[in-house]
Amino acid sequence: MFDDLRDLYQEVILDHGRKPRNFRRLENADRSARGDNPMCGDRMGLFLKLTPDGHIADAAFQGRGCAISMASASLMTETVKGKTAAEAEELGTRFRGLAMTGTCPDCGTGLADEMERLQPLSGVHEYPSRVKCATLAWHTLNAALEGTPGEERMASSE
Amino acid sequence: MDGPILSAGFDVARIRQDFPILSQTVRGKPLVFLDSGASAQKPRQMIEAMVRCMETAYANVHRGAYHLSEQATEAYEAARAAVARFLNAADPREIIFTGSSTMAINLVAHSYGRGVLRPGQAVVVSEMEHHANLVPWQMLRDDTGIELRFCRVTDAGELDLEDLAAKLADGKVGLVAVTHMSNVLGTVTPAQRITAMAHAAGAKVLLDGSQAAVHRQVDVQAIGADFYAFTGHKLYGPTGIGVLWARLEHQERMPPFMGGGDMISLVTQERSEWAPPPAKFEAGTPPIIEAVGLHAAIDYVTAIGMPALEAHERQLVDHAMRRLSDIEGLTLLGRAQDRGGVFAFALDNAHPHDLSTLLDRAGIAVRAGRHCAEPLHARFGLEAGTCRASFGLYTTEQEVDYLADALTKAREFFT
Ligand SMILES: Cc1ncc(COP(=O)(O)O)c(C=O)c1O
Repeated sequence: MFDDLRDLYQEVILDHGRKPRNFRRLENADRSARGDNPMCGDRMGLFLKLTPDGHIADAAFQGRGCAISMASASLMTETVKGKTAAEAEELGTRFRGLAMTGTCPDCGTGLADEMERLQPLSGVHEYPSRVKCATLAWHTLNAALEGTPGEERMASSE
Repeated sequence: MDGPILSAGFDVARIRQDFPILSQTVRGKPLVFLDSGASAQKPRQMIEAMVRCMETAYANVHRGAYHLSEQATEAYEAARAAVARFLNAADPREIIFTGSSTMAINLVAHSYGRGVLRPGQAVVVSEMEHHANLVPWQMLRDDTGIELRFCRVTDAGELDLEDLAAKLADGKVGLVAVTHMSNVLGTVTPAQRITAMAHAAGAKVLLDGSQAAVHRQVDVQAIGADFYAFTGHKLYGPTGIGVLWARLEHQERMPPFMGGGDMISLVTQERSEWAPPPAKFEAGTPPIIEAVGLHAAIDYVTAIGMPALEAHERQLVDHAMRRLSDIEGLTLLGRAQDRGGVFAFALDNAHPHDLSTLLDRAGIAVRAGRHCAEPLHARFGLEAGTCRASFGLYTTEQEVDYLADALTKAREFFT
């Protein structure tokens, strides 16, 4: 009945949805933000530790939501670790394109391995009402990076 | 999907042919539309009545002394009379046309809440209200200092009448505003009893009939309430029209909600005098074509007969209760004795949004989320929301079976 849904709910996504990685609060985070999707009640807190030269030393999140939003946040925290803020933002831009269109024209040029890792989420582009579930984490990441230490920024994927 | 299922005198297969949209397929599968509680599909008879109005008898109402305008005015007032009969109102002037239930309730919150109720008084709502019958009262509370009280809902999803009595006990309550049928739990509330209790404590009663008017024969005189609101699009009518039934004595005391054309009897630069009810509450060009559509929708359901609709629905509800209760890991929200065809549920291993995406793939349309009733979901500890299947007069037992099978398979999918 649901076989064609394996495109959207690939095993990687179900796995990350059930057992999200980096699912914890980071004490002494340098940046943090809260993401809300008021339409569906998804909600997450994102925490970042930065190195003095602006690399993301650690990323973690907590929250609740559907399998897509949890898996996306989980994969995101794994992917952005070790990246600079600029690289993380670039990944976010590309990921939003991937989620909306299913393709990533720029993916040959740099950050290719990272985008490969996010590829399992490309199936959401066929489900317009679910794209926001996938992009919430990345909106929240942008908000965190734009913030200052000690400030909790708010992001919404509405 | 649409083999004949016959309750006495009720031929679903034939009825389904009146609804053009139901013959659609979704992603190659027959459409199983189980979201009528959000908005119902439209019968051809209703659609044609609106088209006919626009093609042959349309002009603005109450304004021109020419043939077409008189025809349109007649049709608009005939719709009012039809609604009055539908609710068994004593007088068509008790029927105010609005844009929706939401607007009808806001009208009461504004005109009765701010115009008649006084600081120091209280309004009682319940924990199972749709936001449409909650937020306007919060706004009234914040603007005026009128207290807002919440009547509890029992674990079975029924209105806790003992708690209602307690909330009424100090005699400060000016209005009880509660749903006549929950859009999440399916619970039909004991409207007559609530009204008797409220009146004994000196409070007036507003019933939100957005769901109930679709599923039950409503008799506002038998219920004895003061205000009754419902919305056209859930009753197989068009969007953009709602109804407020309000006793004339209340309408007389209430200041207008909106100012504009048609709601005045005299206007000078200095002042205006209000038109008599219900025109006083119908500022501006009203939903004329929509009123004609609502009239046709009411004719449609009354031709089938509300008792026949109720019987068909009872059969579906019993069947759904049996089938859904059998599904492992499925929590059903609300088990009220008196309930209509609305079922909110959650699976233990799937978020409601994932579940509704799966069901959509099977051609099943259900709603996911908190259904404009966040406090109710918090009350039952389901902050992530639920999926909701809601039935219409065209829903079949096979569709319920198909949903139940899909839910069982969905649980396997996520395991
Ligand atoms: C119980 C209840 N009240 C009020 C409303 C609001 O109806 P509308 O959006 O047509 O104003 C709804 C439907 O959404 C409802 O189910």
